[in-house]
Amino acid sequence: MSYPTELLYTKDHEWVRVEGEVGTVGITDYAQKELGDIVFVELPRPGDAVTAGESFGTLESVKAVSDVFAPVTGTVEAVNAKLQDQPEMVNADPHGQGWLMRVRLANRAETEKLMLADTYETYLQEAKAP
Amino acid sequence: MVWQADVTVKRTALNAVHRAAGAKMTEFGGWEMPVGYSGITEEHIAVRQAAGLFDVSHMGEIEIRGREAATLLQYLTANDIRRLQIGQAQYTALMYPQGSAVDDCVVHRRAEDWFLICVNAGNTEKDLDWITRHNTLDAEVRDRSAEYSQLALQGPRALEILARLTRADLGRLRTYWFSPAVCCGVEGLLARTGYTGEDGFEFYFPPSESARVWDALLEAGRAEGLVPAGLGARNTLRLEAGYPLYAHELDEETTLLEAGLGWICKFEKGEFIGREALLRERQQGLKKKLIGFEMTDRGIARDGYPVWVGGRVVGKVTSGSPAPFLKKNIGLAYLPPELAEVGAEIQIEIRGKQVAARQVALPFYKRAKPSTAVN
Repeated sequence: MSYPTELLYTKDHEWVRVEGEVGTVGITDYAQKELGDIVFVELPRPGDAVTAGESFGTLESVKAVSDVFAPVTGTVEAVNAKLQDQPEMVNADPHGQGWLMRVRLANRAETEKLMLADTYETYLQEAKAP
Repeated sequence: MVWQADVTVKRTALNAVHRAAGAKMTEFGGWEMPVGYSGITEEHIAVRQAAGLFDVSHMGEIEIRGREAATLLQYLTANDIRRLQIGQAQYTALMYPQGSAVDDCVVHRRAEDWFLICVNAGNTEKDLDWITRHNTLDAEVRDRSAEYSQLALQGPRALEILARLTRADLGRLRTYWFSPAVCCGVEGLLARTGYTGEDGFEFYFPPSESARVWDALLEAGRAEGLVPAGLGARNTLRLEAGYPLYAHELDEETTLLEAGLGWICKFEKGEFIGREALLRERQQGLKKKLIGFEMTDRGIARDGYPVWVGGRVVGKVTSGSPAPFLKKNIGLAYLPPELAEVGAEIQIEIRGKQVAARQVALPFYKRAKPSTAVN
């Protein structure tokens, strides 16, 4: 899979799509593959504050429990409620319908520290090299 | 850049085959093993509905031979070696004096005075040391682990798949029996045993033939839906079947009676290590009891999570996971015996929150057609 150029990426394998003052957040294709079949998603509530670099939720595969870290700071506007019954959507469409939450950004300048798609792909290549 | 092998982690003869197949690898019991190939859920379902092939070459094999071999084993283990005929296998445990298990294992009787014990990978050295220290009778005790690869073919289609690759009479090989056999042109020991709750076979053979046997089996079973399966599915399958896993349900502190393994404690056979402690516990009552539970509210219990009843912590989850075939979130836990009651509600603490669960009878899963009872 190629990584969409309109998304910004973190070293922890989350992405954010910034549209105006709102960022949509999810995990990358690489992350969903590493996790395996996702069977449970725990997300914050609308109105909750999230902080860049800090855990905002939990994804569970059959085998493992993983924290997901917020790429941006802000207030949760919405979460992807469909994932409660269809957590496998994160595996099937990680950059699209498998999104996790929308955040009203507190500080747009933060996003300048995130990686562009090509930088993220290089980062993955380096991480995979033995 | 040259790949530097990590010398502290052991690899089975199939390591490169697993990697080439795209397996996700993990460390388990000192071994680098495949966790899964296509995904734990898919592999788990395949084993319940068709068949799965597992590389379990990490398992240890300890051989005990000699005139005093049976006497030594009778003293070291809880089950009754005298019930074991030549060609039969027996689930049992090497015992500590306090009634807990050094390891749980399967003893195969190859001859009157010749036994092969399949032990947990991570316990092999400890077991060898324990057996050797108690070998006052001068039986021959040898670690044969390096001489065996072990593959487990498990699932309702296992027999028909294997039948294409061996002339052994599989129909007559009953559950918990084994026989020397040639499979895929390779000589080894074929046992009707497993750790998944399904019918199946485990084949012990020389490691140099591993890739040949692995490939031949996968090829022979492709049309039936046979898939390679990893330790991830092996764990969820054994959990659904209610089988204990050493270092989870069993450890130095937990007696066989507490772990629900009273059925392998043969007190009438006479003296064995741990017998007195177990008899005393049976008379005085258990300190804890292994129970099964399923989550009734949203959440997945995991190993080590606290169990609450009546506003206090009363126990700990020893194994917890989604159960892919049952499509529930299940677990095993130790509770004070007075709280162990099928149907009773408990709470599992998940990331600081109490989530409701209900005690259920074990095993969680039992296959429709029961096999002949194990000894």
